[in-house]
Amino acid sequence: MRLEPINNPSFARKLVPPALALSATILIASLLAMVAGANPFSVLGLIIKGAFGSKFALLETLNRATPLIFTGLAVAVAFRAKFWNIGAEAQLYAGALITVLLGTGALAWPSGVILPVIALIAVFAGAVLLLVPALLKTRFGVDEVVTTLLFNFIFLLFISMLLEGPLKDPMGMGWPKSARLIPEASLPRIVDGLRLHWGFALAIISALCVWVIQTRSTLGYEMRAVGLNKQAAGFAGIPVNLVLVKTALLSGGLAALGGFSEVAGLKGSLTLDLSPGFGYTGIIVAMLALLNPLGVVIAALFVAGIFVGADSMSRAAGVPTYLADIMLAVALLLMVLAIMLTRFHVVRD
Amino acid sequence: MDIIDILFTASFWAAAIRIASPLIFATLGELICERAGVLNLGIEGIMVSGAFAGWMAVYSGTGLWVGVGVAMGVGMLFGLLHSTLTVPFGLSQHVVGLGVTLLATSSTYYAYRLALPEVTSPPKIVAFQPYEIPLLSDIPLLGPAVFSQTPLTYLAFVLVAVVGLVLYRTPLGLAVRAAGENPAAVAAQGLSVTAIRMGAVIIGSGLMAVGGAFLTMSAFDSFFFEMVNGRGWICIALVVFGSWRPGKAMLGAVLFAAFDALQIRVQQTSIGAQVPYQIFLMMPYILSILALVVMSRRAEVPAALMVPFNKGER
Repeated sequence: MRLEPINNPSFARKLVPPALALSATILIASLLAMVAGANPFSVLGLIIKGAFGSKFALLETLNRATPLIFTGLAVAVAFRAKFWNIGAEAQLYAGALITVLLGTGALAWPSGVILPVIALIAVFAGAVLLLVPALLKTRFGVDEVVTTLLFNFIFLLFISMLLEGPLKDPMGMGWPKSARLIPEASLPRIVDGLRLHWGFALAIISALCVWVIQTRSTLGYEMRAVGLNKQAAGFAGIPVNLVLVKTALLSGGLAALGGFSEVAGLKGSLTLDLSPGFGYTGIIVAMLALLNPLGVVIAALFVAGIFVGADSMSRAAGVPTYLADIMLAVALLLMVLAIMLTRFHVVRD
Repeated sequence: MDIIDILFTASFWAAAIRIASPLIFATLGELICERAGVLNLGIEGIMVSGAFAGWMAVYSGTGLWVGVGVAMGVGMLFGLLHSTLTVPFGLSQHVVGLGVTLLATSSTYYAYRLALPEVTSPPKIVAFQPYEIPLLSDIPLLGPAVFSQTPLTYLAFVLVAVVGLVLYRTPLGLAVRAAGENPAAVAAQGLSVTAIRMGAVIIGSGLMAVGGAFLTMSAFDSFFFEMVNGRGWICIALVVFGSWRPGKAMLGAVLFAAFDALQIRVQQTSIGAQVPYQIFLMMPYILSILALVVMSRRAEVPAALMVPFNKGER
């Protein structure tokens, strides 16, 4: 078999493969639920109900989506330029680390000053953390996939070291946990009484900013050009390495902002379980969104919904929560296949 | 104990060889995939699946070698999935690889929770036991270090030679290497690039899974979450470090494992006890990055690595 590009894909051609991918994902999840001895319809119903079925569930989903929007944006920006940042996990922790370093009493300023200052320094820290793999790539040709992946392990151990050492909360009953943020360094709730903080709004604003950068700025154009064809971009006079470094700074900064938002908005302190893999899940979010920054918001809500829904489904139906991770992995693989099939014929020879 | 003294104990080198074994299996697996032109980032998840599948098979009553076969079979299934998506369909090897890692890891954990819903601590199996090779194991230092290992370790080192011979001394190996260097030439010979690449990924993924199975069936005797803990990513670095050659990759794995065994022992010395243990745990990852930086300059990357091949396209 071989692949032949379709010049003018019809509307059906654009719609049918992704729809089939989604249906197949649901089918596979149903089969797995049956393997676990549960009724697949009630399992899927419980997931949807647990994610969007009540005000509490919906707020929980929005909260869970917030860090995923940041990491999803970080990945989307980087992957667009074919810079494979798999290290959003570490960059998120870098932002969280800065937040507790500066927000637990080191700076005693009013909210309006301290929050933007911490956010900016957090962005800077995440950007610097990704700068190392970026420079290793542009200077030495070291593949960034492996370096960013390995950085995740190194940086988490570093955080663990700090939490058991200098950052350990003396009032923490021996747990490896940082001190709590001062009230001025905490992000307020958007509406009083509703458990949703300004980090969510910041995530939406970030998505809009990234969308503007990608579609309306020279940098966005250069990033796309580098991603499509490095050689051609170089011939056209685009400074490829510089664009890659700028991409990395933006990507690392976005992921770090997610760490800031998660600590300042939700958790209030830093622990080693701050992120249950938000950095890695960001890859799924970005791919499901086809690397579109506004799509990232929708994909993050969808992915967060599956996670939150699966948690409550698991408690009710006794099916392991890992069903959510399987669904997302299957959705990811089938979706990249489906997207390809909207643009290519498979020809037998 | 002084660090120099540690280097001259048989138990240290025995540990190094033991730690190197799963890395050798998985590095060989990744090397075969990459030699044929396919980067397989599914390695981490495939190792998890192999670790569970092999152990679970033995726990359910099969023999140890059957367990190894089961692990290999599960790995090959994930290899089939990976290669179907990346070779004939030419999808991004980065995205598919990460997707396969996620799928293999989560479905393994799902299966574990279904198979053993009630357990608090994972049950143990009777794992592979060390086998002292007659005569050779009597050599001082070398005997207890190298020739008193489990059969799975011997298999790992034998495989290095086998993979090297096949790659460099057989038409099949030539075809695999050519598929990674110049696929158009392979197609011009009337061979199927698709079949060669898919076969390489499937076999390679099987070896990765055996590397995972080594953890639960030889190094330890039960399955834990997070057990593989980045070993797959380290193997990808080892392939680069070994310049895509089985022998050099094996040396890299042993060197790496020796360093790992050393840091465990230094941790227990009086000086080591004053350093946070996380510093020692970081070392393998830092070492991998340094190795990549040093080797990348003169790396002989397969020319068609990560380049999909579509017949009829020029």
